[in-house]
Amino acid sequence: MFEFFDVYLLEAVISGILLGGVLALIALGLNLIFGVIDVVWICYAELIMIGMYGLYYFYSVYGLPMWIAAPACIALVAVLGLLLHYIVIQPLLDAAPINQLLATGGVLFFLQSFATVAFGIDFRNLGIRLPVLAIGEMHFSFARLLAFLAALAGMVVIYLFMTRTYIGTAIRAISQDRQIMVLMGVDTKRLYLVTSALGGALAGLAACLLVLQYDVHPFVGLSFGPITFLIVVLGGLGNFIGGFVAAFVFAEIISLGGLYSDLEWGYVLAFAFFILMMFARPQGLLARRS
Amino acid sequence: MNARNLLLGIVAAALIALPFVYRQPYHLHVMVLILIWSFAYTSWSVMGRFGLVSLGHGGFMGVGAYVTALLWNHLGVSPWIGIPLALLAAGALALVVAYPCFRFRIIGHYFALVTLALSGIVLQVITATRDQTGGSLGYTPERTKGSLLVALQFDDKETWYLIALAVWAAGLVIWYWVDRSMMRYAMEAISEDEDAAAAAGINVTAEKLKITLLSAVMTALAGALYCQYQMFISPDTVSGISVSLQMVFAAVVGGIYVALGPTVGAIITIMLAEGLRIGFGTQAVGWDNLIYGVLLVLFIIFLPKGILGSLLERMRAPGKS
Repeated sequence: MFEFFDVYLLEAVISGILLGGVLALIALGLNLIFGVIDVVWICYAELIMIGMYGLYYFYSVYGLPMWIAAPACIALVAVLGLLLHYIVIQPLLDAAPINQLLATGGVLFFLQSFATVAFGIDFRNLGIRLPVLAIGEMHFSFARLLAFLAALAGMVVIYLFMTRTYIGTAIRAISQDRQIMVLMGVDTKRLYLVTSALGGALAGLAACLLVLQYDVHPFVGLSFGPITFLIVVLGGLGNFIGGFVAAFVFAEIISLGGLYSDLEWGYVLAFAFFILMMFARPQGLLARRS
Repeated sequence: MNARNLLLGIVAAALIALPFVYRQPYHLHVMVLILIWSFAYTSWSVMGRFGLVSLGHGGFMGVGAYVTALLWNHLGVSPWIGIPLALLAAGALALVVAYPCFRFRIIGHYFALVTLALSGIVLQVITATRDQTGGSLGYTPERTKGSLLVALQFDDKETWYLIALAVWAAGLVIWYWVDRSMMRYAMEAISEDEDAAAAAGINVTAEKLKITLLSAVMTALAGALYCQYQMFISPDTVSGISVSLQMVFAAVVGGIYVALGPTVGAIITIMLAEGLRIGFGTQAVGWDNLIYGVLLVLFIIFLPKGILGSLLERMRAPGKS
């Protein structure tokens, strides 16, 4: 019985929390896009992948200092988000929702193979060795802690933007009633573009944080893409708080599952948990049962 | 009607006679691939045409291929028994995922995302059990010497062509059968408005489950056939999100509302991939998917009914109006 509460368990629990921060950030980006524009970007993980390459090139290849490279990377993905909306989503705004989803699926294909063609299939990393923190017998990578803190900071900035600025208020309003806001004289086109850029910027931030911990390759999006979709569906699409909670629940499952066997089984466990939760709380974690 | 049956007979006879007249192995190989993938795409569109957009079919295909191969290699079970077992496994998986989805009204976006995760998870499981499945390096069913009916392994392309042709034709027959059945009307009503359909006495969950099971089992069969024909499977070629998207892409390009649409999609995509491969060799790695991606976006924006769908509509329109 006492073996169960060992130091590795505690380490896994804390690692899970740290992982949850980044997952929550990604879920927030997806929820923002869905909540406001009513579109799911299936290619969200691939935007992050491009961002990871962006930081790799800015920092390791062109030798820019990190304080320029990271904002440049965030700006790059923000522009990508803007373009994605302008080129692909805007013409499809009146089409069936499923067509919008499939079109972003086409973008997923495009980005993946673009990365394959442009960057090759080699694994790249920044080559930064961040120190490992040792607390008692537990070891945490500094990169994870940094990622967790930066993700939290990013979410706070988004929260302030949404509640304290005029555009933020307008974005929240439009997610509540799409028709009325147009009648109120709100330029939805512009708001959608701002939201897309914001969603892209969040993906860019997530990219900067992930590339500190993981190698980047064209298919890296597939390793965390599916889990993010599970998180946002379980949290309730468009529900920010739900996505936040679900991100930490899933991160713990993956982390603890990974403790007892491979990381992949952690993902499988998370999916099994998801299916079970579908029976219990089909409308999402935080929904009240009607 | 008689003229149509005659034409159908001639086309069927020509397709069956083809490998006995024309024996160029590479071309036959491409045709077998087209037939197997056409069947897979048709399987997807059996449910996709009713607005049930599944991105989990890569998972079903992977189950079909891997269960068949694993049973043969580890337990020596003949594919003749292994394939039905694989189909059962895929059906069970479909049931486990689809039932809660349908029971609790997970539709549209939600359904697509849940099934997307499913195909991701199947890929993870295949990779995780690398001691048994070879992981991402791929897996080869053990070869017998020469052609052996029990092992469902044939050295000549002609036999495979005929098998693939038969299965493809069966897929089309199933498509027509669904098209003529009550199921079609029920499913169309459901895709328009689930509440209204339920009020009209349609068992929404049961109808959706039926069509999903049918589609998943067909897809698994396509996976098993692909495995037996290629004698090599890897997680990336038979499962995962890219395979799911590839199915959706081909079906959309050809047209999901017409029987031969997915077949047209398969012809276009496979010819494109093979053409690029021959024209540019190893340089072409990645380019085929790059072009697919752009085409998929363009098709959904400008030609959502697909090539064949739009063509047929244009041919019929002047007569009707």
